Amino acid sequence: MLIPCPHCGPREVSEFTYIGDATKVRPAPDASADAWSDFVHARRNPRGRHAEHWQHTAGCRAIVRVTRDTVTHAVYGASLAGPWGEGEAR
Amino acid sequence: MSGHRLAAGGSGIDRTTPVRFSFAGKSLTGYAGDTLASALLANGVEIVARSFKYHRPRGVVSAGPEEPNALVSLGVGARSEPNTRATMVPLHDGLVAGGQNAWPSLRHDLMAVNGLAGGLIGAGFYYKTFIGGPRGTWTRFFEPMIRRAAGMGEAPTEPDPDRYESAHHFCDVLVIGGGPAGLMAAKAAAEAGARVLIADERDGFGGALRHERAAIDGRPAPHFAAALAAELATRGVQILPRTTVYGQYDGAFGAVERVVDGSNDPGPLPRQRHWTIRPREVILAAGAIERPIVFASNDRPGVMLADAMRAYVNQYGVAPGRRVAIFTTHDGAYRTVRDLAAAGVTVAAIIDARPDVPHAAKAVAEAAGAELLAGATVAAVGGGKRVETIVTTDGRRIAADALGVSAGFMPTLHLTAQLGGKPEWDAALSAFRPGALPTHWHVAGAVDGTFGTGEALASGARAGAAALTALGLAVPDTTLPETDDDLLADRPAPLFHVPGKGKAFVDMQHDVTAKDIALARDEGFEAVEHLKRYTTLGMATDQGKTSNLNGLALMAAHLSRPIPDVGTTRYRPPYTPVAIGALAGETTGAHLRPVRRTPMHDWHIANGAEMVAAGAYLRPRAYLRPGESVTTAYVREATAVREAVGLVDVSTLGKIEVAGPDAAAFLDRIYVNAWGKLPVGKARYGVMLREDGFVFDDGTTWRLAEHRYLMTTTTQNAAKVLAHLDYLLATAWPELRVHVTSVSEAYATMAVAGPLARATLAAVVDGIDLAADAFPMMAIRTGRIGAADVRIARLSFSGENAYEVFCGAHHGLGVWETILAAGAPHGIQPYGTEALGALRIEKGHVAGGELDGRTTLHDLGLEKLAAAKPFVGSVLMNRPALCAPERLRLVGLRADGNAPIRTGAHLVGPSGRSEGHVTASTYSPVLGAQIALALLANGPARHGERLVAADPVRGGETPVIVTPYRHVDPEGSRLHG
Ligand SMILES: [Zn+2]
Repeated sequence: MLIPCPHCGPREVSEFTYIGDATKVRPAPDASADAWSDFVHARRNPRGRHAEHWQHTAGCRAIVRVTRDTVTHAVYGASLAGPWGEGEAR
Repeated sequence: MSGHRLAAGGSGIDRTTPVRFSFAGKSLTGYAGDTLASALLANGVEIVARSFKYHRPRGVVSAGPEEPNALVSLGVGARSEPNTRATMVPLHDGLVAGGQNAWPSLRHDLMAVNGLAGGLIGAGFYYKTFIGGPRGTWTRFFEPMIRRAAGMGEAPTEPDPDRYESAHHFCDVLVIGGGPAGLMAAKAAAEAGARVLIADERDGFGGALRHERAAIDGRPAPHFAAALAAELATRGVQILPRTTVYGQYDGAFGAVERVVDGSNDPGPLPRQRHWTIRPREVILAAGAIERPIVFASNDRPGVMLADAMRAYVNQYGVAPGRRVAIFTTHDGAYRTVRDLAAAGVTVAAIIDARPDVPHAAKAVAEAAGAELLAGATVAAVGGGKRVETIVTTDGRRIAADALGVSAGFMPTLHLTAQLGGKPEWDAALSAFRPGALPTHWHVAGAVDGTFGTGEALASGARAGAAALTALGLAVPDTTLPETDDDLLADRPAPLFHVPGKGKAFVDMQHDVTAKDIALARDEGFEAVEHLKRYTTLGMATDQGKTSNLNGLALMAAHLSRPIPDVGTTRYRPPYTPVAIGALAGETTGAHLRPVRRTPMHDWHIANGAEMVAAGAYLRPRAYLRPGESVTTAYVREATAVREAVGLVDVSTLGKIEVAGPDAAAFLDRIYVNAWGKLPVGKARYGVMLREDGFVFDDGTTWRLAEHRYLMTTTTQNAAKVLAHLDYLLATAWPELRVHVTSVSEAYATMAVAGPLARATLAAVVDGIDLAADAFPMMAIRTGRIGAADVRIARLSFSGENAYEVFCGAHHGLGVWETILAAGAPHGIQPYGTEALGALRIEKGHVAGGELDGRTTLHDLGLEKLAAAKPFVGSVLMNRPALCAPERLRLVGLRADGNAPIRTGAHLVGPSGRSEGHVTASTYSPVLGAQIALALLANGPARHGERLVAADPVRGGETPVIVTPYRHVDPEGSRLHG
């Protein structure tokens, strides 16, 4: 698997660390325990296209949002996480 | 002894170079170019192995990677390797090989009694007989017994002395298989300027051409292939012989190159090299595997695949017997008839299942002087330990000492199906061929159902052109070599099984019989994946290369359904077994990960330190003086800290600089305590939680300037904390103007602790007033020690007055030695992690044992730290179950007696149940007692209670008294020094 790091170009997956589901939306600080529990524990684990956060640990250390097929492991693209990312591929 | 070396011939061997080897204790001779299998056949060795379950005698079946029978142990000692396919082992001088699964010898195997009781060991035998028996009988009794009886070869017990490498490769075109199709495809691609890699699992290129007698471009086929491979090398094609492309993973292919084959000493070379290959286009030209036919006693030594016989005759100059019979359903097998006859071997009979044998085949039979029995099938072979007679279904008995069998060829499509591709049934081939191909894939040659040499060359050229087109490169004109194609393996009659009396083997390596397939059907295991698991069909090391299709066909016949409806089992990588060593490559032993050393590492070693791993670091456990044990050393060191002064290297702590106008706001969100009011020049202890509310890490954070903080983390969590901060800044709070940077290795760090710490530093520090009121607790000052700039914080982990000294890493050793010299008059002693642990346990400070990812603030007595503000984990830490009093909570323990308390021991009360466990323990020099920290249910309410710290694994029960976790100086008066 090669992940196209927006800073470094296509790099081997072994340079990256998996973080988790990028589709979860962080609740407000004062949200309920249920909302926080959902954010921390509940995962949809979809079959097919999915958005995930990875960190380019052995490279530029950027947190990247990777769209990937969980069945074929085909990588469709990667953008910087947060507001710096371009063309958020969902 | 009917296998023998022919007087002449053998395109692949060098008769001028004899090679001595031994098999099963016997000294034998072969020739350079032989495989172990061809040399054994040449020496008349018939029984090369005993079968897995019934211990039946087995001989060589194939001449290639699909071999199910001829599995031998190769080499001796640490280099010995079980389950090696004799057909794939190039012969070399001094090779030592032995049979497997036999006791006391291959010819007289006493375990063969399993064969007599064979009726009892049918499919599902293990499941029915043993699983679900009385608890433990399987693992304690039956499983070891069956293993011994079954035998799978023996792995060496010594460490592997050889080296393995890994390589990465990128190319435009990967060609898998170096037969006529693969070579032509590589040629076409290379001529157009593409970057090409071609791999073949054999020790030379040519595939089927290596045992072909026909000429290509007027040259013998093996010469043509070798010359073409050499030409490719000169064109810059990466040529990898002895390399099996075994699997496809996420856009990359895994391949293993056997750099030095066999069991000899590789010297400076690696034994194997693992390749990760990332091609843009893939051409699969992996050929095809001949399919045997299932009939009674089809496992007798002497029954072989027909085309394998041809390979032995043509390539190795070895005849499989003196009177050979052929059992087939297609014209292709007549090539074997032709070549046997040409080599002077008598072809006794051809049993052809087709009532109407085409004219061309008939002509071959006639020319060979072989009797042709059209419309006949083989019901059984006679003979005890080898083929003596062939019995046809209509009762004819034919004297023969070998039988070549062929029901056509099955495309080697495994790689196309590993990622879920569905093979398609081809009725004309009576075999599956690759279904819809993944993008960037092309197939050529026999794997595409193209069997003639000329057709294979053309097919390869076409695949090469298709790959070039996909790459956007111009396709060069290619002239195809001249061939004189003969018979084709066209339209074999679909024959899979000849019913008859006696064991008829489907999967020879796992001893799965036709009867087992019937039994699986009768017991309802009809689905193909169930059939596989119930009978273990195709689950041996050969993964059913020659047997899966026959098994499916038998099941289909039982169910009266077409074969494609029954389907195939999933093709899984690896295509052939891969050694774990090859996958590990260089990352073994000391190379597994780099060792991190602090700037004072060498000093520690030179001064008697016994080192211990702490994360990737090595840290001193204690500095041993002559005659001292670790215990006496750490007691001395800890006593020095309590009574005088000590120095400890804490450079392993994680250090993260947090900078930016919003740094304080950021710290407020990640730590449970508040940071806004921390003035510049002060440090504060902080605890951070995970999102789920459990304690993550702790440490002090120093405010160096208005917008600049230095965070310290535990040694273990340094990398995790940094990633946690990176993630939160990128995703949760991108609006915060904060940057975090690891500076762990930029600084050497040491702590000077003890009542004489101030006096020690006062002698060497310039530019800092160390007076207690001028340099209060938690304050940070900058100054100099010798030539080095230092930053000093007055912080204590030991409970004594203490200072943490930071300096540039390259000054670490100098500062360390300067402080030691300054402390010498005060009796300063360097101390290690054991003394550090003893001191912190005495003080009840939490560390790794307590921060185990399962504890909360409330569990650790730290709940008062939490400020009234939102922070990571602030909502979830308040979940009711996480605040329940019965949770395991931090307490101290004091042994009632002198016996040590074991870390990890369980705390047991009158209930007899575990009510908690010991997280850290030590002998406390200052208390003169064995003490510990522990997590105990409802702990804070149980001070004074008597329990037992029980360690049934290592032995020992220590009576203990529950105490507060601060064992020493609970008021903290010693800090003020
Ligand atoms: Zn990067």
